[in-house]
Amino acid sequence: MPYFPDEVVEHILGFVSSHRDRDAASLVCHVWYRIEGLTRRSVFISNCYAVRPERVHARFPCLRSLTVKGKPRFADFNLVPAGWGASAEPWVDACARACPGLEELRLKRMVVTDGCLNHLAHSFPNLRSLVLVSCEGFSTDGLATIATNCRFLKELDLQGSQVEFRGRHWLSCFPKPSTSLESLNFACLDGAVSANALESLVARSPNLKSLRLNRAVPTAVLAKILTSAPKLVDLGTGLVAQSNNAGALPSLYSAIQQCTSLNSLSGFWDSPRWITPIIHYICKNLTCLNLSYAPMFRTVDLIGTIHQCQNLQHLWVLDHIGDAGLKVVASSCLELQELRIFPANANVLASTGVTEEGLVAVSSGCRKLNSMLYSCSRMTNSALITVAKNCSRITSFRLHICLHGSVDAVTGQPLDEGFGAIVRSCKGLRRLSMSGLLTDSVFLYIGMYAERLETLSVAFAGDSDDGMIYVLNGCKNLRKLEIRNCPFGNTALLAGTHRYEAMRSLWMSSCDITLGGCRSLAAAMPGLNVEVISQADGGANDAKKVEKLYVYRTLAGPRDDAPGFVSAL
Amino acid sequence: MSTSSTNSAESPAVSGLDYDDTALTLALPGSSADDRKRALHDEHDKPPSPKARAVGWPPVRAYRRNALREEGACKLVKVAVDGAPYLRKVDLAAHGGYEALLRALHGMFAPCLAVRGEGELGSRLVDAATGAEYVPTYEDRDGDWMLVGDVPWKMFVESCKRIRLMKSSEAVNLAPRPSS
Repeated sequence: MPYFPDEVVEHILGFVSSHRDRDAASLVCHVWYRIEGLTRRSVFISNCYAVRPERVHARFPCLRSLTVKGKPRFADFNLVPAGWGASAEPWVDACARACPGLEELRLKRMVVTDGCLNHLAHSFPNLRSLVLVSCEGFSTDGLATIATNCRFLKELDLQGSQVEFRGRHWLSCFPKPSTSLESLNFACLDGAVSANALESLVARSPNLKSLRLNRAVPTAVLAKILTSAPKLVDLGTGLVAQSNNAGALPSLYSAIQQCTSLNSLSGFWDSPRWITPIIHYICKNLTCLNLSYAPMFRTVDLIGTIHQCQNLQHLWVLDHIGDAGLKVVASSCLELQELRIFPANANVLASTGVTEEGLVAVSSGCRKLNSMLYSCSRMTNSALITVAKNCSRITSFRLHICLHGSVDAVTGQPLDEGFGAIVRSCKGLRRLSMSGLLTDSVFLYIGMYAERLETLSVAFAGDSDDGMIYVLNGCKNLRKLEIRNCPFGNTALLAGTHRYEAMRSLWMSSCDITLGGCRSLAAAMPGLNVEVISQADGGANDAKKVEKLYVYRTLAGPRDDAPGFVSAL
Repeated sequence: MSTSSTNSAESPAVSGLDYDDTALTLALPGSSADDRKRALHDEHDKPPSPKARAVGWPPVRAYRRNALREEGACKLVKVAVDGAPYLRKVDLAAHGGYEALLRALHGMFAPCLAVRGEGELGSRLVDAATGAEYVPTYEDRDGDWMLVGDVPWKMFVESCKRIRLMKSSEAVNLAPRPSS
């Protein structure tokens, strides 16, 4: 080993791209640590408060692609108050100083202001890719700055972000006479879009492969776009409906037939049901279909469409596809790998969407399934046991029964046995999200069998501290534990004292932990940030119940940007 | 201009919202801190009541919730256009903001209206034949005729009882639309 030249190690490591493999390589010896650090091009920071940006750049001076995640996932469900943090500014700042050659920046659940986008636009002339997933804090003005200044931009993806509408001009700001755009996603944008600017942009973007429009793009414009970009691979439509332009629909129909490369389709919004035949033109080639934002499509429309999509690998739909629809999926979509069923009415607790029957049908028909998100009104242990037998390859299983605490619809029992079968059978399970009435037994099973589990989400489950303790003792690969409304107290929390440093984070809300317990944890583990989020003034005595707790390992010490309602213990 | 004799204390039969519900909070409309405690107790004492809701349950991302229509929450108001032979009804709750509403109104009265203006000021509705501009006005809870667009969207949805697209020659008593 002492005579192993650095250049050879460097050359070999150049072939290693996975983060985990590179992390492992960096632990071999000091030489490898140094070389790996110098050659890593793509860095993934899963928690923006786990490390200071400057430290990242010091260790990886040649990075070209940076991914940073911010708020805890439960922020998606309004459990994290506004103003909590996760500002992108420090990251953009540090990057601008240390790494002006940055090519890719991906942020998730972070707050990005127009000022930040401005800074970005002027600091990274080489930027190829900007992806903002579930971010907020910026407006169309910020987008205009990016479009104007990042002349080589290939990808601009705003998936799920909240963007303040300040005008339509941003689309006209992309480079002329042509752009390098390959992927543009502004489906989440609220507000109108200039038809001329959009048509002109598509016409001057010869490399465009993926385009996701927002609701406001009318049918006529979509038809024109497809005519000028028939090589599109991924399309998110606007609202497709009758307009007062009589020629729009027929020209859309003929335009879409020319799009022979199209294999991914989404959008539709409040499009009326009678436009579903338009999808039939491209059914044969479709591998990804997302109809989960099309509440007007009824079961019969969905069935008619999906029946023809024999090559589908990813399907996202609303629960009014019904069990009947899922049976059609099971018989037609044998290549299906990922299925997501969302509730059509998120605010109605007793939906009549899909039941355990649909789940069983899909699991028997679609043997390649590896990822499921299933929102249903009822479930049984026997169904889950069948699913476990049929789909032992599942890596991600999320079941959301809309009424929390629901029992087995046939036997009235808790759903412990069902989930137990899932973790026992699906040896590769990495992500699990449970619902229904669950006792400590299910956690015992998880602790015993779920060896590969990395993310566990639990709500309204368990009887006592034992539940959480089983999981903490058992799941050696656990990285993220998210718990809400469970009867876990200080004993459970402290049982994991020495586990949390090996995990990314722990979230506990509406449980039975107290300030005293959290303080003990903080005192025992200085390498963790133990943060209590509380908005009520109730005094600071140890017996006070903690409403929301967020614990994460960090090299950066306590946050210096914490708002008043976040207390670091 | 017609005024209806409205009892300003009468809440619209259709929406059932009151002002508190339109206040910006982080919880679902109708949920409160008590729901969580109730949910916890329900878990141990008895089956959860169908009405028990908790913040953020079912786990549907806020983005998705906003994109999908809430069943039953429907605010249908009459729309009158000066010169049109019959009225229409539009569901205010189905639209995200003023832009979307104007587009919908345009869609409804397409033969007689056109949408003019690609600029940042937003669309205006004009008579396709004469080019005369229509001013969107609405009658609020107090029976007053107001210019559409002054108050925040949610407040507008809550207080609007009906809409009238007034020919601008008649709209002399209302303040001109600010240009900015």
